[in-house]
Amino acid sequence: MKTFKLITVMVLVFTLSAFTTTEDKGYKVGDIATDFSLENIDGNKVSLSDYKEAKGFIVIFTCNTCPYAVAYEDRIEALNKKYAAKGYPVIAIMPNNTDVKPGDNMEAMKARAKAKGFTFPYLMDEGQKIYPQYGATKTPHVYILQKTKKGNVVKYIGAIDDNYKDAEAVTTTYVQDAINALLNEQAIEIKETRAIGCSIKV
Amino acid sequence: MNRLIALLLFCVLSCGSDKLEVYDYDGLEPLINKNDDKVHVVNFWATWCAPCVKELPYFEAVNEKYKAEGVEVLLVSLDFPNKYDSNLKPFIKENNLKSKVVALDDTNMNRWLPMVDKDWSGAIPATIIYNNEKRQFYEQSFTQEELETELLKFIQQN
Repeated sequence: MKTFKLITVMVLVFTLSAFTTTEDKGYKVGDIATDFSLENIDGNKVSLSDYKEAKGFIVIFTCNTCPYAVAYEDRIEALNKKYAAKGYPVIAIMPNNTDVKPGDNMEAMKARAKAKGFTFPYLMDEGQKIYPQYGATKTPHVYILQKTKKGNVVKYIGAIDDNYKDAEAVTTTYVQDAINALLNEQAIEIKETRAIGCSIKV
Repeated sequence: MNRLIALLLFCVLSCGSDKLEVYDYDGLEPLINKNDDKVHVVNFWATWCAPCVKELPYFEAVNEKYKAEGVEVLLVSLDFPNKYDSNLKPFIKENNLKSKVVALDDTNMNRWLPMVDKDWSGAIPATIIYNNEKRQFYEQSFTQEELETELLKFIQQN
């Protein structure tokens, strides 16, 4: 009887854990990404549809408090400087629950953006509704979107480059390579990459 | 006298178990793919990762509690190398960590993440439990109960 109970419990636990791991994992390359209307650090709402001239977007889920995100701040700013004028602006979204991470609240986001001189919008994922749709799991987590008649198509998911520690030691600039390919109407060679990041705080 | 205090202080800071094993992925690989009779729990963490730090005591607890059942915990720190001396080593000492701690320093994450597990998106904390028979990867935080429940699946098999 005891064994039976144990088996029942184990089956139950297994079923539950199976359910939690098979939940929606978000976008894959080729999917249409949702638009949003999120508050920027300047108090205005920002949507992808506001960018009439854009050819696409570099959507980056990032935050103030993750060491990996911090290590990439200057490179994110450089991406915006380089590619906004070419039609691919950076749109940064802060996905963390700010009750868990007060260092990522709107005031802190404003302060960080000011200190670093961010020229891209830095949006609050209020209610944490957008990041799960994209399937972001960590910061920083990049989605390159290309504007098409069907909508904003996901063209690349992953890391910014292959060396978080040292921008000088980077050998493959994943995001730049992908955008350059899009601008030159060539196929993107590396469409998905992985990197360690800080789990998004719920 | 001052010199003596300075010497003592120096020793508190640097004597004893202050050596940290640092590996690149190829160096770490044999440590997370052992072929023996034990149940291995490998936890990827960092001192700056709040949910990781929160669950560390649970890993310490199972390491102690299930020692007789052949459970061995390995804590793989992903702290940045420039924080080993200022953050990681003091953390290990202050929290008196009993499980083995090693540091992984390998920037080419896109290469080694899928080698750890094909489903790992890269968020931490992340944990592997494995024995000779099977291997399970968890990209999640644990409560102590959840960790023990998972671990028991491996122990009862043995």
